[in-house]
Amino acid sequence: MRGIVTVVGNDRVGIIAEVCTLLASMGVNILDINQTVMQGFFTMTMLVDIGNTETPFETIHSSLKKKGEDTGLAIRIQREDIFNAMYKV
Amino acid sequence: MISHKEILRTLAMIDNQHLDIRTITMGISLLDCAHEDIDECARRIYEKIVRKAENLVATGCAIENELGIPIVNKRISVTPAAIVAGSCRADDLTPIAVAMDKAAKECGVNFIGGFSALVHKGFTEGDRRLIASIPAALASTERVCSSVNVATTKAGINMDAVALMGRVIKETAALTAADGGLGCAKLVVFANAVEDNPFMAGAFHGVGEPECVINVGVSGPGVVHSALKKVKGASFDVVAETIKRTAFQITRMGQLVAQEASRRLDVPFGVVDLSLAPTPAKGDSVARILEEIGLETCGTHGTTAALAMLNDAVKKGGVMASGHVGGLSGAFIPVSEDEGMIAAASGGTLTLDKLEAMTCVCSVGLDMIAVPGDTTAETISAIIADEAAIGVVNTKTTAVRIIPAPGKVVGDSVEFGGLLGSAPVMPVHQESSVDFIGRGGRIPAPMHSLKN
Repeated sequence: MRGIVTVVGNDRVGIIAEVCTLLASMGVNILDINQTVMQGFFTMTMLVDIGNTETPFETIHSSLKKKGEDTGLAIRIQREDIFNAMYKV
Repeated sequence: MISHKEILRTLAMIDNQHLDIRTITMGISLLDCAHEDIDECARRIYEKIVRKAENLVATGCAIENELGIPIVNKRISVTPAAIVAGSCRADDLTPIAVAMDKAAKECGVNFIGGFSALVHKGFTEGDRRLIASIPAALASTERVCSSVNVATTKAGINMDAVALMGRVIKETAALTAADGGLGCAKLVVFANAVEDNPFMAGAFHGVGEPECVINVGVSGPGVVHSALKKVKGASFDVVAETIKRTAFQITRMGQLVAQEASRRLDVPFGVVDLSLAPTPAKGDSVARILEEIGLETCGTHGTTAALAMLNDAVKKGGVMASGHVGGLSGAFIPVSEDEGMIAAASGGTLTLDKLEAMTCVCSVGLDMIAVPGDTTAETISAIIADEAAIGVVNTKTTAVRIIPAPGKVVGDSVEFGGLLGSAPVMPVHQESSVDFIGRGGRIPAPMHSLKN
């Protein structure tokens, strides 16, 4: 199963490193990263593999959410399926 | 990989445009719960609902978390209670509603639909007892919704039932007067009712349905509105195309949720209901879409045409996105549940007569409309008859959910809270329909040739 992690908020040093470290600690493999900064506003989307980790989706979901709350960023993970459903025929 | 832009567009839809799944509704057959002893019948109903739906809410929440899309309501619809409880010897069928209410609370769902009767061609004894029990049932329960089908295109209009429902609505308002007549917000009078509608208050699980089924209702007026803001001044061809594209995306999401819920609960998938269901929240209004199309205020001249196009485009866009489409599919126009409709009705532009015209082309009918508390039962019945005639002649579902708000007059407002919103009390015609309703009998089914 694959997921999409999104991180949105004010840009600062180390955001990518922090999120990647957290994902690595849960055994989540990052397949692709895309990020932009527009007028100081940071947005990152990551395609991740959550099929080969023993960490349950719920734990990954809540850990990312907590990380977001601690750092003032909006971080979430959603299954890739929802985007495929909406944009691929 | 899906593009960065598409991902962010979806997040904007969820965060800023109220994109959500409005409801996952589990339909449950209660046909095997019939028993001549009403307490035993109620016990069986409670036990079956709880057994079938025990994991519904938890499953809905899990899907919500994984897909990151809000699933606002998890609900249950059951076999019309008049059919199940027809075998009970008791006159008062309120205990059946109480059992449904208790089961809904146990399962954690906010509404359960199906305290219903289908009487378009006539009443069974069970139908009569159920309809007589509606006021007390709605007054003594919190989550139970009731509906009565009084007409179909094939059977015509049961005018005895129409007359009866006017009185039942008045009685329900009186018994729930302390809450502004709230009971009437949970009571729908239908023509051409559908068996797989997931939306309340009119949901019931038809007798042609399987043992248990999952139906999903999508929403998304805010997303359509937002998409239309980007095509200001463009022709109707562009407007229709934009609505279709948006409806397609919304429905694909609904289909995904329906499949997930069906798989996890091991219950067959029934339909996706492609509806634009507004809420009282700002930015989640069907009226504001009509205004975005070019009307100064919803209800002015042009509203019916704009709504017809919106309703049609939603269906065209959605139908390819789902394996099975059903329910009420289209644009809902519930006055109290739509911030723009409330404003238009309060300002006097949106009238009952205009709403009636709009129901010729929208998905359902006169919905969540408050009228003065002294409106007579016969006037309410006549409003129902008009609405039923529109449905019967046009081969579409129509409905009336009207609240004669006790003690209220035109200009007042009734607060129902939550998704039910607040309803401005709208004027009705003062001229009498008593003799019309007093005739009784049936209006014959219309013919379907010589169309003019």
